Amino acid sequence: MNGIHDMGGMQCMGPIVREENEPRFHEEWEGRVFGMFFTNFAEGHFNVDMFRHAIERMGPAEYLETSYYEHWLHVYETVLVERGILTQAEIDEKIASLRQAGD
Amino acid sequence: MAHDHGHNAPPSDTAMRAKALETLLTEKGLLDPAAIDALVETYETRVGPRNGARVVARAWTDSDYKARLLEDGTGAIAELGFSGVQGEDMVVVENTDDVHNLVTCTLCSCYPWPTLGLPPIWFKSAPYRARSVIDPRGVLREFGVELSEDVEVRVWDSNAELRYLVLPQRPAGTEGMSEDELAGLVTRDSMIGTGLAQAPAG
Repeated sequence: MNGIHDMGGMQCMGPIVREENEPRFHEEWEGRVFGMFFTNFAEGHFNVDMFRHAIERMGPAEYLETSYYEHWLHVYETVLVERGILTQAEIDEKIASLRQAGD
Repeated sequence: MAHDHGHNAPPSDTAMRAKALETLLTEKGLLDPAAIDALVETYETRVGPRNGARVVARAWTDSDYKARLLEDGTGAIAELGFSGVQGEDMVVVENTDDVHNLVTCTLCSCYPWPTLGLPPIWFKSAPYRARSVIDPRGVLREFGVELSEDVEVRVWDSNAELRYLVLPQRPAGTEGMSEDELAGLVTRDSMIGTGLAQAPAG
């Protein structure tokens, strides 16, 4: 599938930024999202092709503006809802209740 | 950057979304948070480029092993105990006086986890993915690798089925060094191709 993810050869993407002594995960949630790849895979919620396809279906602007592990999070939200394992309403309610509890 | 706020900042929307998913899946019995803890710990502490360095050092000291490694990367790497997710199909490409190999993944971030761990951010970034295939010599210069014009540069674009590990050249002046000492000269970048193995100290 042709799309924004197919970046080989594109120009004007800016300099390659390197970080010395980069941590494996920059934020705690990144590690949780990384781990959910394995647990979701083991539960049979998706295979690698479905995972990639869900990233490649992202809108180009969103794809460029979001970070690597946000792409993974997008996959889970997309595929788990599409497969009927969660509903969008459930996810939205849980986010709202967590936010309320955090206030 | 998303990660420049202090530790006392409220959780980001993204952190909330991640927490919501983990909580929901846990409540439904589809996820064990302890499994996530273990995975994070494994990839933070046990899986990383030191594994790949063992493979390279063995290849530098054992010509039979090197032959097996170039013939069947996956099998030879598994001999040293490194296998599994994102390393199921490995191809090892050898740097020589005439050829320098560079690994990229233009589509996303495919990378040999069992031997190198998780990829650095620059490997997953748009600029590296875009430029590595159109201007590899320029990218190499940015990383401090100056190659003479008569060295052929081969760029390998990884995919979900196939991942690459560069076998860097053994540095001069390392005759008589042990396998452990040699492994200490093998950097992560030298196994991606954006660097060379380090020269021995002194």
